[in-house]
Amino acid sequence: MTNERHQETIERLHGVAEDIYDQLDKGQIPKMSIPLRTKTNIEFDPKKSVWKYGKNVGARSAKKIKGAKMLLRTLFMVEFIQEMISSERSSTLREMYYISEGWGDGKFNSQDESNLLAEDLEIVSKCMREDFKLRPEEDGARVIGDMTLIETDRKGKRKRINCRDDVGDSGYGIPYNVEGEKIELLESNAKFVIAIETGGMFDRLVENGFDESNDALLVHLKGQPARSTRRFIKRLNNELGLPVVVFTDGDPWSFRIFASVAYGAIKTAHISEYLATPTAEFVGITATDILNYDLPTDKLTDMDVRALQSELNDPRFKDHFWRSEIEAMLKMNKKAEQQALAKYGLDFVTDKYLPEKLTEMGLL
Amino acid sequence: MSSIAEKLAKNQKEISVSEFFEKNRQILGFDSMSKSLIMGVKEAVDNSLDACEEASIPPEIFVQIDKVDNNEYTVIVEDNGPGIVKRQIPNVFGRLLYGSRFHSLRQSRGQQGIGISATVMYGQITTGKPSHVQSKVDKEETAWGMDIIVDTKKNRPETKREEPFIWEGKEHGTRIEFTIKGRYITGRQSIFEYLKNTAIVNPHARIAFIDPDGRRVVFDRATEALPPVPREIKPHPQGIELGTLMNMAKSTGEKKLSNFLKNDFNRISDRVAKEIIDKASERLGKDLSSNKNPANLDITETKALHEAIDKVKIMAPPTDCLSPIGEELIKKGLKHVLDEARPEYYAPPVTRSPSVAQGNPFIAECGIVYGGELPKDSQVTILRFANRVPLLYQQGACVVTKAIENIDWRRYGLEQRGGKGIPYGPAIILVHVASTKVPFTSEAKEAIANLEEIQGEIDLALRACARKLKGHLNKAEKRKKTRAKFEIVQDIIPQIAAKSAAIVGKDVPNLSRTITKIMNVVWIDSKVENGGKAKRVSINIYNYTGKQQSFKVHTLIPRAAMNDSIISEHLVEAEEGKVTWEFRKVPSTGTMTVDFDLVGEMADVFDPEDLYISGINPTIVMGADPLPGDWNIKGIKVIEDEEPEEQDEDEDDEPDYDEEGEVLEDDE
Repeated sequence: MTNERHQETIERLHGVAEDIYDQLDKGQIPKMSIPLRTKTNIEFDPKKSVWKYGKNVGARSAKKIKGAKMLLRTLFMVEFIQEMISSERSSTLREMYYISEGWGDGKFNSQDESNLLAEDLEIVSKCMREDFKLRPEEDGARVIGDMTLIETDRKGKRKRINCRDDVGDSGYGIPYNVEGEKIELLESNAKFVIAIETGGMFDRLVENGFDESNDALLVHLKGQPARSTRRFIKRLNNELGLPVVVFTDGDPWSFRIFASVAYGAIKTAHISEYLATPTAEFVGITATDILNYDLPTDKLTDMDVRALQSELNDPRFKDHFWRSEIEAMLKMNKKAEQQALAKYGLDFVTDKYLPEKLTEMGLL
Repeated sequence: MSSIAEKLAKNQKEISVSEFFEKNRQILGFDSMSKSLIMGVKEAVDNSLDACEEASIPPEIFVQIDKVDNNEYTVIVEDNGPGIVKRQIPNVFGRLLYGSRFHSLRQSRGQQGIGISATVMYGQITTGKPSHVQSKVDKEETAWGMDIIVDTKKNRPETKREEPFIWEGKEHGTRIEFTIKGRYITGRQSIFEYLKNTAIVNPHARIAFIDPDGRRVVFDRATEALPPVPREIKPHPQGIELGTLMNMAKSTGEKKLSNFLKNDFNRISDRVAKEIIDKASERLGKDLSSNKNPANLDITETKALHEAIDKVKIMAPPTDCLSPIGEELIKKGLKHVLDEARPEYYAPPVTRSPSVAQGNPFIAECGIVYGGELPKDSQVTILRFANRVPLLYQQGACVVTKAIENIDWRRYGLEQRGGKGIPYGPAIILVHVASTKVPFTSEAKEAIANLEEIQGEIDLALRACARKLKGHLNKAEKRKKTRAKFEIVQDIIPQIAAKSAAIVGKDVPNLSRTITKIMNVVWIDSKVENGGKAKRVSINIYNYTGKQQSFKVHTLIPRAAMNDSIISEHLVEAEEGKVTWEFRKVPSTGTMTVDFDLVGEMADVFDPEDLYISGINPTIVMGADPLPGDWNIKGIKVIEDEEPEEQDEDEDDEPDYDEEGEVLEDDE
């Protein structure tokens, strides 16, 4: 990170503290206005083609005990981040949660609380978590395919890595920071990126040599993809011009995984333009696939049904395709895993299912 | 045939009471090993308490239980009562149905004179050992010791051994030592529990107990004031049974019907007697002479009289024949014994006015204890008492339980499945029924019979008490919210100010305007601290409004506990336990405090939540209620119609960011 960017971050955080100070100085009840991070408050940004927070704003006010404590925590966090930046250190979100033990009334009750506050601070300061020197415990997922990048390693050495030839069977691990100063994308012979939800299916495609046989770059999403994974996919799409498809289970939670890759997640809608890949397409498993390929299924649980119904009210799923898929799934009351394709043999997914679907999409 | 009848006739003879009870000991409560031991202790302790109270002596009871072998225990109960004259000792302890109280209508623990002699009998039957009694009457040189058994065939005492002795250090009192078959247990139905509960409702008694393991527990006296000696009365006519009326008419010494009504009953005047006879005549369709000899009344006439009594308005029975524990002493007794569980609230106990059931006056009273370390997830504990005696058995058969089960406790802040049955929650419900004759379901005196009048009175007492509990719970809820605000302005806002000032590198701003905007109340807080002999009470006033405020604070203090420490610059008056302070011109964000000490045994009756305010709009006050109208304090004008406080100028419509609780599950 450049010094300039450090300075910028410190100044913006200073502004957050100053705002609270000024309110107290004027004899007001301090509060902080933050866009409501709910599905009813996301809007489509036609310029960037992603979903961002709308105009509805909530107040975090010291009038209530919870709000007052959150404001106090915000100030502790601001101070902590400023110290880290000036001493060139970084910490995990979990470490910050433990550090808050020493913050008295500002101590976090749970790590969820500290994670959410870190995002709140991104929103009000218009910085990124990476600027705060805060990182998640878990890194992003794995990549396999013919793509070359340069990573600046922890010792400051620039390493040139080909994600097919220079890596083991578990592939290239995406670090938590995938910004330009850390990773430079060089070139790729792949024709497209296929992002896969489960490790089992990722390994199946690797074993079957799908990357080479179809000139594909395989990215493991590891369930709900981490920010760095989404940012990495976004850069592959932007900088190398690779089309992106998403291959998941056929259930309501997988639909949300696709939405967070393509449209932007509700929780991080303030940085959707950095994280979302608007041109990403959904391969499956769709409700239609379950019927067409006669896949083994499970019954929807009550939670699944509620999740689907909630998606019907989610503005991101308001197009014809998703409406009909969600309604079809509710109607058949069934879901299927992507590995259910093994019903027709281990090679079925790479020999038949994916070629058929990708041809349909015009990628093969 | 006749020879068989003759044979049977030889075996048909009167059996004595003692023999009857020997064969039917469960009637007296001696029906299990553990229960027998409790019954023995209970009969002796009840007698001791009755004797002390009749002689106006503050009771000092000593109970010791020693294990003889596996199923045999020796029980010693000693009191400081008036003692028993030598010639009566054998009769009191060795003859069933012999007693001073059987024929009187007066509230006492023992009634039939069965209990203690039945214990002596039970001991001799199960262990073969006589009971040893010692007694000394005041001013006599010597005490007497006797070994006594009951001759069950004749229901007469048999003295095995008697000798005079010098009882060192004892002015007067009685001690009984008996050995019986039994089992010593701990838990809800134990001797310890019985003595503890006895201590709750007899706060004037000191009870010391040594258990079979040699552990010593003392329930000390919570008050020096003895309950007034209950007066003996004649039966009250209302609710009397027809049979009883007939028996009384047959055996009265009065020769004229009007005198019989007037003199053998309570609350019947000449006028009322005439009214009853007139009403009875109406029913009979003929004149019933007021001069008729009551012994000559026939059944229809008695019946008409019985019905007439119900139609005539008769004054309630006098109260002085009953000795309720009283609201203050119930609270005191409960506090004294239960304080280790640190209950958060003692609902002010309720003592109802006397009422009548089956011709006997009775009073129902109750108290509720809530919270603290009392168990939250189990049924409430019910403490039942009849004439100050704890009832440990037959809870399900008792009118007290019935009354509790029929109340929908959910309305009063306890949990209850379907609004019926014994409620759940951290509470103890105490109910005491005092009567000249408590209608027990059996001779064992374990449960009070289910009489409509009694259930009704218990119900009213419980509801009155439960309303106070609910009031407390509501208040506690409100306080919790205000306390949260208090925490904001006291702790968090100053930290926010300090931290933000440190980050921007400026001075910490003055917070008073922010604080008054958040609170916008006058907060009144009272604390009681135990400090040696006295209780230190502090009442703190915080003016968290934007304006200067003047008002008065009132509270109730037990008169006996008050002293000169109450005097301060704020005190306006302290009359009859009603205390008023005035706080003048308390500045915005200013605080004022009054401290005083409460002394003596009534100090812990003071309820720090009993705070009232006047002279200020009560809606901006937290921690005190508007002064009730019946306080009659001079110069108080309750202001109700003051302008509401101005609203915050930055009151906004923005929703609370942290309350928008949607699950954000679409991210890592």
